[in-house]
Amino acid sequence: MSAGTNYLTHSKGLKSWLFTLDHKRIGLLYLGAVATFFLVGGFFGLLIRLELLSPTKIFMSSDVYNRVMTLHGSVMVFMVVIPGIPAVLGNFFLPIMIGAKDVAFPRLNLLSWYLLMLGASIAVLSILLGGVDTGWTFYTPYSMKSADAVTTIVTGAFIMGFSSILTGLNFIVTIHKLRAPGMTMMRMPLFCWSLYATAIIQIVATPVLAITLLLLIAERVFGIGFFDASVGGDPVLFQHFFWFYSHPAVYIMILPSMGIISEVICTFSRKTIFGYKAIALSSVAISLIGFFVWGHHLFVSGQSELAGAIFAILTVLVGVPTAIKLFNWTATMYQGSIKLDTPMLYAMSFMALFLIGGLTGIFLAAMAVDVQLHDTYFVVAHFHYTMVGGVFMGMMAGLFYWIPKMSGHMYNEFWGRVSAVLVFIGFNMTFIPQFIMGSRGMPRRYHLYDPKFASFHIASTIGSWVIGLGFLVAMITIFKAMRSGKAAPANPWGGTTLEWTTSSPPIHENFEETPVITGRPYEYN
Amino acid sequence: MSASHSNHSDSSHHIVSASTNLTVFLSLVALTVITVGAAQIDFGGVWNIVIALAIACVKASIVLLWFMHLKYDSGVNRVIFGSAVFFVALFFGLTATDVFFR
Amino acid sequence: MSTTNNEKGIVPAHHFDSVAQEEDAGIQGIWLFLATEVLMFGGLFVAYAIFRGMYPEMFHHASKYLDTKLGALNTLVLIASSYSMASAVRSTQKGDTQKSFNLILITIACALIFMTVKYFEYTHKFHEGLFPGANFSHPGADKHLGLFFGLYFVMTGLHAIHITVGVGLMVWLLIRIKRGDFSPHYFIPVDAVGLYWHIVDIIWIFLFPLLYLIG
Repeated sequence: MSAGTNYLTHSKGLKSWLFTLDHKRIGLLYLGAVATFFLVGGFFGLLIRLELLSPTKIFMSSDVYNRVMTLHGSVMVFMVVIPGIPAVLGNFFLPIMIGAKDVAFPRLNLLSWYLLMLGASIAVLSILLGGVDTGWTFYTPYSMKSADAVTTIVTGAFIMGFSSILTGLNFIVTIHKLRAPGMTMMRMPLFCWSLYATAIIQIVATPVLAITLLLLIAERVFGIGFFDASVGGDPVLFQHFFWFYSHPAVYIMILPSMGIISEVICTFSRKTIFGYKAIALSSVAISLIGFFVWGHHLFVSGQSELAGAIFAILTVLVGVPTAIKLFNWTATMYQGSIKLDTPMLYAMSFMALFLIGGLTGIFLAAMAVDVQLHDTYFVVAHFHYTMVGGVFMGMMAGLFYWIPKMSGHMYNEFWGRVSAVLVFIGFNMTFIPQFIMGSRGMPRRYHLYDPKFASFHIASTIGSWVIGLGFLVAMITIFKAMRSGKAAPANPWGGTTLEWTTSSPPIHENFEETPVITGRPYEYN
Repeated sequence: MSASHSNHSDSSHHIVSASTNLTVFLSLVALTVITVGAAQIDFGGVWNIVIALAIACVKASIVLLWFMHLKYDSGVNRVIFGSAVFFVALFFGLTATDVFFR
Repeated sequence: MSTTNNEKGIVPAHHFDSVAQEEDAGIQGIWLFLATEVLMFGGLFVAYAIFRGMYPEMFHHASKYLDTKLGALNTLVLIASSYSMASAVRSTQKGDTQKSFNLILITIACALIFMTVKYFEYTHKFHEGLFPGANFSHPGADKHLGLFFGLYFVMTGLHAIHITVGVGLMVWLLIRIKRGDFSPHYFIPVDAVGLYWHIVDIIWIFLFPLLYLIG
C-alpha cells in the first residue's frame, strides 16, 4: 500500500470523477457503466431462457419475446462486449504498460465515455417507446417497416459507434507516440499489441456501421429506397453494409481478450511467452483478414455462389492466426510453473471454450454446412462460445488479475475460484445442448418451438441459472475488492510488465519517473 | 524523451510556398474544366466514367500531397489515408462479386 | 489539457515530452479521423457504384435533371475555398494572423456560396417533385429514378452537413485568432481545420463527376 496519494485519493467529489481526464478514472467510469449494462443484458438473457422452458407460451407473447431477444443482443453487443475490455482495462492499463502518463487525447477519452452513456440512454429509451423486434441485426426489409422504435435504438447505436471510434483513434496515437524510452513496438506487452490491432478495426469498420444505420434511418424516415426491392433497391445490400462492420466487430471483441490471455498465461506459468512475434503479428493479421470475410453471414441470403465461395475460403484463412495463438499459449504453459489462481482458471477456460467456438466457426465457414446450420441454434451456440467463452472469460481473467492494481486490495481467492468453476460448468450446461438441438434443426430467435426440442431447452435454461450465479459471485467478489480486502502489494503475482512496477493503486501520474525499457516483457530468471 | 520521439518531426512544420499553393489551385481549376469538357464527348462504353474518375483521382491527389502536405509528412499519415481508400475499394470489390454475379 | 501558451513560452501537456511530439500526435489523430470520414462516405460511394452498375441507363437519364453548370460552379467555389484555407494555414505559419483571418473569412464566404447554390438546386428539385424516397413523384420518370435521387440527396446532404460543421469550426478559428492564440510556434488547430476542410473538398471532387457528369 502506498503512502501518500494515489489516483483514487488525488482529488475528491463527484465532479472530480465526472470531469476527470485521468485514463485510470475513465477506465473505472467505463467499468461501472459496462457492469450495469451487463446486468441489464444478462437479465434479458435469463428472461429469454425462462420463457423457452416450454415450447408454448409461458408468460410472454411472441411480440414481447422478439423484443426481449432483440434487446439482449443489442445491449450485449453495443453496450457490453464492444466497449468492454478496451474501454475498461485498455484505458486503465495501456498507458501504464507502455510507460506513459496518459493516453494521447485525454479529453477525447472522456468524451468517448459520455458518448457511450448518451448512446446507451437513447438505445434503452427504445424500450419505453415500444421496443424493437427485428433482432440486433436490424435486417431489411422488416426493419424498414416494423412499427417499433427502430429509429431510436439505431440512433443510440450510431452514437455509441463514435465512442468506439474515438477510443480506437486515441489508442493508435498513444501507441505510436507515447511509448517510454526503450519500448520499441517489439517490446510492447502483448495486451498492447491486441489493443493496437483492435483500434485499427475500430477506425476502419465503425464508420461503415455509421453510414449503414444512417441509411436505415433514411429508409424509415424518407423511404429512400436503397434496400427496398419494390423501387429497385436491394435488401441484401443492407446485409453487406451491416456485416462489413459487424464481422470485424467480433474481432474488436475477441482480440483484447486474447491479449489478456497472453498476459495471464505468462504470469501464472511463470514462463516467457512462446512465440512473442507470432502472437503480436497474428493479432494484426486477424484484424486485417477479418475485413475480408463478412459474406459468410450472407451464404443463404441470395448472395451469388461466386461471392459465397470467395468468402468461404477467406473465412477459413482467419482461423490460422487464431490457431497460432492457441498453440503458442499451450507451448507457453508446457513445463511452466502453473499457479491455478482465479485469473488462470478463467484463462484456461478461455482456451477450452474458445477452441470450441473457433472450430465451430470453421464448420460454419464451409458454405455447404452453413446452408444446413444457418439460423439454427448451432450458430447461437457458436457465437456464445466465442463471445462468452472467449471474450467474457478474458474479461474476467483480466479483472481478477488487475483488480489488486486498480483498487489496492486483493480479492477473495476462494470465491473467485468458485465463480470460475460455476461459470465454466454453467456455460457448458447452457450451450452444449444448443449445439445439439441446432444441428437437429431448432431455429434461432423462435419463441414457439417443436416439442421435440423441449428437453434441450430445459437443460440449457438450468445451465443459464448456474452461469448467472457464477457471474453474480464474480461481480460481487470484484466489487468487494474495489473497496475492501487484504492490502495488495505492488506485484502480487510476480508479473513482468510495467504496471507491476507501480504502486497498487498507482499514483496519479502513473510513474514517479519515466521508466526506461531494456528488453522484452515476460522474462523470468 | 520517448522511444518514438525523434528529432525529426512527423509533420506540419514544412511551410508550403505561396507559388506552390497557387500552382495547385490553378491545376485544380484546369482539371475541372477538362473534366467538364471530357463529359461532353462520348468515349464509348465505360471510358467516360474511367476518365472522369481518373481526373478526380488526380485532383484529389494534388490536394492531398500539397494542400494537405502529405508529401512532406512522415509515412504514417500516408499509410493511414491509403488504408482507408484500400478498405473502401475492398468493400466495393467483394460486394460486387455478389451483386453483379447473381 | 493541451499545449499551453504562457509566460514560459509554449509548453506541452503533461503527458507529452515536447510540443513537436504533441503536434505530431494531434495531426496523426486528425488523419485517423479523416480516414473514418473516407470510410463513411466510402459506403455511400459503394452504394452508388452498386446501383449504377445495376441501372446504367437510368443513371444516364438521371443526370439531365442536374444542372452541370451549377455543379461546376460549386466545384470551382470549393476549390477556391481550399486554396484560401491552405493559404490561411501558410499565413499563420508565417505569423501574419491578420491575413489568416481574412483568408478564413474568404473560405467561409465560399462555403456560404456553395450552400446557397445547393439551396437553389434543392428547392428546384422539390418543385419538380424530385423528393428523396417515398415522396418522389415526378411524372414520366424512369421507374427507378427515385433511387438516383435518394443517392443524390443523401450524398450531397451529408456533404452539406459537413460543410456546415466546417463553417462552425472556421468561426471558432476566427475567434481564437482575434484572441491571439496562434503564432508560427503554435498553429495546429488551423492546420487541423484545414485538413478537415480539404477532405470535404475532395469528397465533392468525386461527387461532382459521379452525380453531374454522367450523360
